[in-house]
Amino acid sequence: MRTDDTDASTTKPSKRHQRAAMIAEAASGGLKTILIKITLLGIVDAIALYGLFILFLQQQWIIFGLVAAVTLVVNWIYFTPGKLPAKYLTPGVIFLVVFQIFVVGYTAYIGFTNYSTGHNSDKAQAISALMSSAQERVPDSPTYAVTVLDQFGTLSFLVTDPNGEVSLGSADSPLSPVNNATIDGGEGVGLTGYTTLSFQDILSRTTEITALAVPFSDDPNDGALRTNDGSSAYLYLSSLVYDEQADTMTDAKTGTVFTDTGDGAFVSATGEEMLPGWRINVGFDNFARAFTEEGIRTPLISVTLWTITFAALSVATTFFLGLFLAIVFNDMRMRGRKFYRVAMILPYAFPAFLSALVWAGMLSESFGFVNQVLLGGAEIPWLTNAWLAKISVLVVNLWLGFPYMFLVCTGALQSIPAELEEAATVDGAKPWAVFRLIKLPLLLVSVAPLLIASFAFNFNNFNLIYMLTGGGPRDGAADVNVGATDILISMVYKVAFTGQARDYGLASAFSIIIFILVAVISVVAFRKTKALEELNR
Amino acid sequence: MTVNTKNLLRVGALAVVASLALAGCSPASSDNTNSDNSSANALTVWVDAERVEALKPAAAAYTEKTGVEVDLVSKDNATLKDDFIQQVPTGKGPDITMGAHDWLGELVTNGVVSPIELGDKADDFLPVAITASTYDGQVYELPYAVENLALLRNADLVPEAASSYEDMIAKGTAAGVTYPFLVEQGVDGNPYHLYPFETSFGAPVFGTNASGGYDATKLEIGNASGEAFASWLASQGKNGTGVFNTEITGDIAKTAFTSGDAAFWLTGPWNVGAALEAGINLAVDPIAAPSTGTAAPFAGVKGFFISEQSANKVAANDFLVNYMATEDVQTALFESGQVLPALKASVEAASSDPVVAGFAAVGAQAVPMPAIPAMGQVWQFWGIAQAAVINGEDPTVTWQKLAADVQGAIG
Repeated sequence: MRTDDTDASTTKPSKRHQRAAMIAEAASGGLKTILIKITLLGIVDAIALYGLFILFLQQQWIIFGLVAAVTLVVNWIYFTPGKLPAKYLTPGVIFLVVFQIFVVGYTAYIGFTNYSTGHNSDKAQAISALMSSAQERVPDSPTYAVTVLDQFGTLSFLVTDPNGEVSLGSADSPLSPVNNATIDGGEGVGLTGYTTLSFQDILSRTTEITALAVPFSDDPNDGALRTNDGSSAYLYLSSLVYDEQADTMTDAKTGTVFTDTGDGAFVSATGEEMLPGWRINVGFDNFARAFTEEGIRTPLISVTLWTITFAALSVATTFFLGLFLAIVFNDMRMRGRKFYRVAMILPYAFPAFLSALVWAGMLSESFGFVNQVLLGGAEIPWLTNAWLAKISVLVVNLWLGFPYMFLVCTGALQSIPAELEEAATVDGAKPWAVFRLIKLPLLLVSVAPLLIASFAFNFNNFNLIYMLTGGGPRDGAADVNVGATDILISMVYKVAFTGQARDYGLASAFSIIIFILVAVISVVAFRKTKALEELNR
Repeated sequence: MTVNTKNLLRVGALAVVASLALAGCSPASSDNTNSDNSSANALTVWVDAERVEALKPAAAAYTEKTGVEVDLVSKDNATLKDDFIQQVPTGKGPDITMGAHDWLGELVTNGVVSPIELGDKADDFLPVAITASTYDGQVYELPYAVENLALLRNADLVPEAASSYEDMIAKGTAAGVTYPFLVEQGVDGNPYHLYPFETSFGAPVFGTNASGGYDATKLEIGNASGEAFASWLASQGKNGTGVFNTEITGDIAKTAFTSGDAAFWLTGPWNVGAALEAGINLAVDPIAAPSTGTAAPFAGVKGFFISEQSANKVAANDFLVNYMATEDVQTALFESGQVLPALKASVEAASSDPVVAGFAAVGAQAVPMPAIPAMGQVWQFWGIAQAAVINGEDPTVTWQKLAADVQGAIG
């Protein structure tokens, strides 16, 4: 606004000027606009405050700080006059950060970890899980009724064995018989000098009670009593011993020592891994595995080749069919063009994943519409033969994708001035020459970026593959779970989300590789497009 | 200025999304206050969305009895296991989750579940339920339902049960319907539904160790009986009688049986409702065996797991062991959910229903589906090999390759 200030004598805008600018700005929109502005920002702030309140309760300080900062910045931007670029860019930038940069960054981070089945949490949790699973009940030991007692903050178990004998013990003193306990229903329920914990008390001291192990005798090999529910205790012996100082796990039965070798798990001298392990940073291991491990590299290469072929052919077929139809329907002599145009756009109007599912049903070998009705009962394995499945995928994608290209080309064709064609015709050019030398280059200038976008989209066209073939048919001869129509992204899905051995780290590394591939191809393609533009100048 | 208003709208939408996304970074967070010790008297239980209604009365009764709030969170069964594995380490997971016993390998390997001590109550459960819930010698799951396949028969078409597989096909053919016998398959096969036939030939997947658990080092799938099963399967496939067809998916089988075009259908209790609704005169028979052995299906045991990171383990154990394991609750769950209970006493109560009794009779012979991680490698190759055999590949060669592939993958 200040640039409009023509008063040359004032170098610095005074208060009066600022007010004038504000009034001018306000006047251009009116009171209503200001009210709407305040209301909308009010709503935004109210929601942000609610979010902050919840984050505060959950003590999520980092996110709390971020939300607070973003809210303040947004308020500042929209309440200060001027800052027009910021007003335009802020929403987009916030979206970009939340939904793109954060996601890509997080994926990259996971790609450098060993996050997978068996490496799911941190080391402390892995140790606690190992220790709790290692508590083995002593065979043929009875159920002991237990009452939890408290004396000056120290917890004790008042234990009644199946013979009705009552004894007392705590973490430091092994069980010893008591004879002055209060007995109710054959069980000891109280002792002079001790407070009996109620069920509510037990619940509020859960952590202490589940951690409490009362030695059965002076000999640690007799095991210790533990309770999980505060009412019955069992005799346990731990099959693992954790040495905190040496950071080793020892198998109590075999004596095997497992050490933390920095691989995210306790590993024995013979290389046996004890799971659960924990998440660690593994550097470029996942990327190295993708390129060196035979079982991963071979499918990765074939899948990459098919992905590129699939994306390129998808773009080419849809573009040329779309272009052909656009030219045909652009011809003024054709009757009922509007009707045909609407019909052409129909495949575009259905959700793609739904269409893919319908096609999967129609192409079924013995029950599908195509074989049964159109081909009179022929048994053509459309989706179960490796090569036919590839063709089916391409054909279905052609059906799904050509309306888009048709729309785009129709628009682009109509924007080419008719004089150009007339001039060329006058100069004696044949229709094919007019198309090839004049229309197509002009068309490509505006359509080429869309073709690149379409390539990038088809490169990651997960919906189609997943819904139509599920990546299959799987090659029975191959020893990995990858099918003939799997593209990179559906392979990543299989690595990360199917089977019992999930490998999020490897899948993330694959995603990053895909990201780089698509980025490189797009950059190169855009360079080429630029050349095309210059050619036309 | 109108531009600004538009921007404001956008910012508004953004802020809604952003603050919800950020605040919601921990789903079920607002009601999951149990992870800090301030309110220890609440249990968060993740429940398969289809079972929430069945559990509500039991949860309310427990709250009334002990004062412990039970917060049932409805979850999509398809994502429940992954969510649980991912959420537990963050401390935002539930105290208890519902699940199936074949998740055990993954849950234990990830260190997200805590052992449950059933004590003497273990004897009150069906033996198959306890065996299934045990992993590496420890019980991790409180069973509440057992699911297994059985043979559904359209009693209007075939009035008597079949004595063997041949008898079943003969009876089905005599009924003059399109499909004498239906079993769900798919492009990648369906080993779960073929397993009863495989056991009839005496070819389990794994041998068992001393404690009765499956032993990954004893792979038995490729033994001579396995090959005998494969040749039989080939004789019933594309180049044989054509009874087994990889094109018959679950939906196709269901449509055929419910419209009266099939005499027998090998399926689970989850399809009983559809058959009864369609007005089929339904009988549930033992699975017709193609060979000398009993056709024993896999048993899937549904139950509850306690999170290793739960701050409320005492309440969680009390809720499961001292409350959910009682006859009243298990019977009530059966009545509202129509799943075969895992508690012996409740099974007896439920068996007055002939359909339940039929499934229970088959279930008595069922073997737990292996939960060991090595089973994941088996699933990967098993169905593909079976589908190949059905579609006419050489059975012996295919089966030997299957055994070799699985052995190679397990290492």
